[in-house]
This record gives sequence, C-alpha cells and structure tokens, in this order.
Amino acid sequence: MSDLSPESVVRNARGHWRWQVWLLACALGSMIGLGGFTFEYGGGASYLSNDPVACKNCHIMQGHFDSWQKSSHHAVATCNDCHLPHDFLGKWFTKADNGLLHSWAFTTGDFHEPIQIKPRNRLVTQGACLHCHRELVHHMLPTGPYADMLDCIHCHAAVGHAHR
Amino acid sequence: MSETARTTSRLSLLPLFLAVAFTALGTAGIAWVLVNMHGHKQEAGRAFARVVELTEISTDPAPWGLNFPHHFDQYKSTAGDRFHGGSEAMPDSKLEKSPWLKRLYAGYAFALDYREARGHAYMLYDQVVTKRVNERPQAGACLHCHASPIVLYRKVGLQSLGMPHDDEALAEQFNMPAIMKGFEVLSTKPYHEVLEMLTQVPDGTPTAQAGQVFESPPVGGFEGQPPPGHFEMSQAHPVGCIDCHDPQTMALRITRPGFMTGIAVLASSDQPLPHMPSVDRWRRGDRSSDYDPNVLATRQEMRSFVCAQCHVEYYCATKDVLEFPWQNGLKAEQLEQHWQDKKFPDGSAFFDFIHTETGAPLFKVQHPEFELWAQGTHAAAGVSCADCHMPYERVGAMKNSNHNVRSPLDNINHACQNCHHVPEAQLLARVDLIQQRTLELMERSAGAMVQMLDAIQECRQAGATPEQLQAVFALQRKSMWRLDYISSENSRGFHAAQEAARILGESIDYSRQAEVAALRLKFDLSAPPTANSSPPAGDEGAQP
Repeated sequence: MSDLSPESVVRNARGHWRWQVWLLACALGSMIGLGGFTFEYGGGASYLSNDPVACKNCHIMQGHFDSWQKSSHHAVATCNDCHLPHDFLGKWFTKADNGLLHSWAFTTGDFHEPIQIKPRNRLVTQGACLHCHRELVHHMLPTGPYADMLDCIHCHAAVGHAHR
Repeated sequence: MSETARTTSRLSLLPLFLAVAFTALGTAGIAWVLVNMHGHKQEAGRAFARVVELTEISTDPAPWGLNFPHHFDQYKSTAGDRFHGGSEAMPDSKLEKSPWLKRLYAGYAFALDYREARGHAYMLYDQVVTKRVNERPQAGACLHCHASPIVLYRKVGLQSLGMPHDDEALAEQFNMPAIMKGFEVLSTKPYHEVLEMLTQVPDGTPTAQAGQVFESPPVGGFEGQPPPGHFEMSQAHPVGCIDCHDPQTMALRITRPGFMTGIAVLASSDQPLPHMPSVDRWRRGDRSSDYDPNVLATRQEMRSFVCAQCHVEYYCATKDVLEFPWQNGLKAEQLEQHWQDKKFPDGSAFFDFIHTETGAPLFKVQHPEFELWAQGTHAAAGVSCADCHMPYERVGAMKNSNHNVRSPLDNINHACQNCHHVPEAQLLARVDLIQQRTLELMERSAGAMVQMLDAIQECRQAGATPEQLQAVFALQRKSMWRLDYISSENSRGFHAAQEAARILGESIDYSRQAEVAALRLKFDLSAPPTANSSPPAGDEGAQP
C-alpha cells in the first residue's frame, strides 16, 4: 500500500528531480570541459587576433605564410589586412564565416587543391587594395556603382604571397 | 503509484533523455575534432622516419623507399602504361609513322630502330634491347645516362688512381675526382663490356643480386623468342634516387661528369644566362676555380640541373669522351658551331655520321630539352624542369615534389594551374595549338629536306664530285641539324615555341638553298661546254 502523505510525495519528487539534474549537469560539464580543452588545444583564441601565425595553425597555409614573409607587402600588411574588410561588422562577419568554412574543409579534407579563393573573398582583397592605394588608382575606378572594376590581383598576383 | 502518475513521470523523462542524447552527440563531435586536430599536428611534426642508413653505394632505390615510401611509390609509377606518348609494351616505332626520319638518319643507327619515349623505369631496358646498340658497336658512355653508373665510375676511378676500391671505400665518400676518372676510362669502352661491369658493382642491397624495383616489361627489341641471356630488369638499375640526391642529406646533387664539365665550360663563355643567377655570380668573382654547381647553384637551379645531366645534346660514341657542346652558349647554332670547331683526338674534323644518300658528313642531335627550355618563356620566368614535371603537392603536412616524373599534361592541375588560373581545357588547348603548329612546320621542313636529298642525289648522278659538293654539304648539314634539333627534342616545340619555329624556318631555308645549289651544279655539269661557260658552282659560298 503506497504512502500518499504530502511529505513523501515531495521527497520522492525531489529525489527524482535531483537525479535528472545531476545527470544533465554531468553531461553538460563533460561537453564544456572537452570543448574547452579542444578550443585551447587548437589555439582557438589565436583566431580572434590579427597574428598571421594563427593562419598557419592549419599547415595548408604554411607555403602562403612563408612566401608572404618574403613578399613586397610583408612589412605593411598581414593576412587580415588583405583578407578581411576594414569595417567592424564586415571584418568579424567575414572572419566567422571563413573561419567556420575553413575549419570544416580542413577537418573533412573536402576541398580543391591547390586551394582557390572564392569570388566573395576576392572582392574583399580588392577592397583591401583600394583601402591603401585608392588615391594612386582613382582614375582607373569605375564611375558608376555597378560598373565593372579591374581586379588588381589579376595582374599583381604575387604582391601578398606567391602560389595560390 | 497510479497508472496516471507513472505515465506522467515517463513523459517528464523524455526531454531529459533528449537533452542527454544531444549533449552526447555534441561531445562526440568535439572529440572527433580533437582527434582530427591531433592527427594534423602529428602530420606536421614528422616528415619522415629514417629506418635504414644509406651510403654512397645505395644504388638500389628500395632501401631509400623504406625511408621515403611516398616518393618511392611515385618513382615506381614511372613504370606501367600510363605514360604520355608511350606504353607498357614496346612503344610504337617513329620510323613507321614518319618515313622521312629514315632518310634523315640514313647511315646512322637511328635508321634501324627509333621509338616513342616511355617512363623512366624502362630507360635501361629499352637501351639494352634496341637494335641501335645490338646491331652497331656503341660506347660505354651511353650508360652515363641510361643506367645508374656512379658507383662503377668511382670504383674504376679509384682503381686507376691506385687507391683502395673495396666496398667499404666505395661507400665512404662521393669523390667526384674519382668518378670523373672512371668516367673517362669507361667512356670509349665497348657498351656491352661496361654493361657487364655495371651488373657486378655493389648496389647497397643485402642480397647478392641487384634488387628489382620495377616489374619486367613485356619483352621486346627483337623478333620472335627472347634470345638466351636476354637482359633482365634485375641485373642493373636505371636512374634512381642516388643519381640526384645526396644519401646523407637528401640535397640535390650533380653526379654526372658530362654535366660537370659542360656547365663549367658554359659558365666560362660570355653568353648571357639570366635564368642561371649562380653562374652570373661566379662570373663576377675571380674565376680561380671552375664553376661547380654542387657548391654554387641555388636550389631552384638544381631543380633543372639534375635533369640537364641527361636531357641535353651531347656526343656519345667510341672515338672520344662523352661531351656536352656548350662552349659558345645554349642556342642551336651555338651548339652546331661547337661541333664545327671540334677535332677528334687524331686531329680529323668532327662529324657524327656520313649520310649514305649523299655522302655528306653530318651531326646528329640528341634530345636537347635543357637547351631549348633555356630559350623559352618559362626559363625566363625562373620556372625549373621540376616545377612542371615534378610539381609540388601537399602530402599531409609535407611539401612534396611529385616523383612520378612525366608530362605536365597528365597533371595540369598541379603542373600548370598553380600559376595559370584558367580552366584546364583552355590550357590543354593552348599546348595542343603550340604542338600542332610545331608539328606542321616540322612536316613542311621534312618535305623540304626530302626534296633537297633528291636534288643532291640527282647532282651526284650527273657526275658531281664530293669536292664540288662541299658547299652543298655544308647547307645540307645546317638544314638537317635544325630539323633534327626540333624533331629529337621531346616537347614538340613547347619548351620554347618561337625558338622552335625559328629553327625549323631556318631548316627549310637551308634545305631550299642546298636544293637550288645542287640543281645549279647539276645544270652546269650537264650543259654542253661553250666558250664562255661559267665554272662549276661548287665553290659558291652560300649564306652562312
């Protein structure tokens, strides 16, 4: 015969509740712990910086890094100066978007080799060229907002780094 | 507990299970990323593992393959039937496809047997079985390139210099002077004698017999059954790791005496060599010692030089030591001038063969890939042989030169598209167009040559003497040198398209000049003598 007094119901319910909370807490804790370790092991925080060394955490970028060090721009521009927009929102959106897609590609190994820049990121580099050199090339810029523009790196392919 | 209460408690457990399952999946995903990262870090940390020691007698590529399995697998890929322009069975005869070649080489061994190229794996086998070697006496110098002869050269060299030449001494050091000496001794010895010696030298394998890296190809090079004692792939090695690499440091290294001498002579010339910066630096120095590529050349230069040990024009026969004709420069006419100035050791004028159709002494060209490349746009841009024929690729974290040496057209992605960001089909079409144009011009040049030969023969039948034909012979030699230059070169003009067209254009011109001169001479000889007849035109100097 079951005990239906109010105290016992609460105690049972509490006991039951506690068991659920503990289980969930342990599971979440493990995930956060492993996730935190992985983030640290992979140098996750470095991706929030402007340090070019972060970009060669994945050795796919080693050759680009090496040749950038010998390039004409090595003293005036790092990876982010050419490969991220120069406004706050654009910079962090592009960083997040490229960061996610790059990690996914390198982790799964599903990408084209030699690596190729996407049209959207090519526009970003074009914007970066103009950020510094607009005064020099203003007579070559399109007159209307939708007119075609010459792509600087079509001819100046190796100013940042050799190879693709 | 009532039925209702039990149902309620089960229902309240469902979100809990879902939460746990979600966390479990998330954790598994994180673990996967962690392990993957760890794997990538491992790749980056270890390029290769040295499991065997290599020495200066490690001619057999197999032990190298234990240290560098990836490079070795690619090297082995040069066997098989996937070679651009060749195949696994004995390749097609070029003589059947282009009958004019028989007339170009009339009186020379190439008229007997001349086939399409195939992969590096077969370089020695194909040489040993060709009629050119078995039906004509050839020199040991041929093995300078088709085999891996450096240990043999060192052994014979040490022996000639009266120094110890046991296996231990051979394994100890590279010793270029001894290699040079051995090379000179063996250069003019009969081919089969040197081949026999080659099968006797140690090759660094634990077994008595040379290790066999490549499977034997289907037998060929003879009619019917293989003759007794037919050459086996296991008897000696074709070019392998030690021919380009230092066994201790893996650095690129020149091993071939022919190139060492040739490049030193070239460096001493006054020809501009913009694609060889280290030669320029040496020229600005005091020149107290010869230019030595193993000391001075840059890594990028070495990526062409190791190929230029063999893919060049040379003299290789029994009358004199193997020689690269580079004293005036690397252009076709500069090489030709080198041979025109050369004398055999007995003081007689140099020639490769007497053309049986006309009696003219001629020069034979052998695959001048390095020389033609040097005239092209890729050389000018600092692109080396290996950049296209052994392009870099990523293997894990290693930057690896692809050791399956082959046509860039089999690997356009890595070979061309690193620099040329245009679709593959477009690049292929561009190469095809260049090669097609070259072939058309070559056929036209061959047509002119055939008519020239006919005219000279007519002239001889009309009674012209070799003395009267001297000027015609000089033109014939110039014309055939140029046609042979582009025909023997293995890129169908691609290595330097304009230069190839220029050379073929000159060949056509010289053929026509020779034809006209021969027909004039014939006319003068057969014209009835008159009071004011002109003298025979034999001494008419044509354009140089």
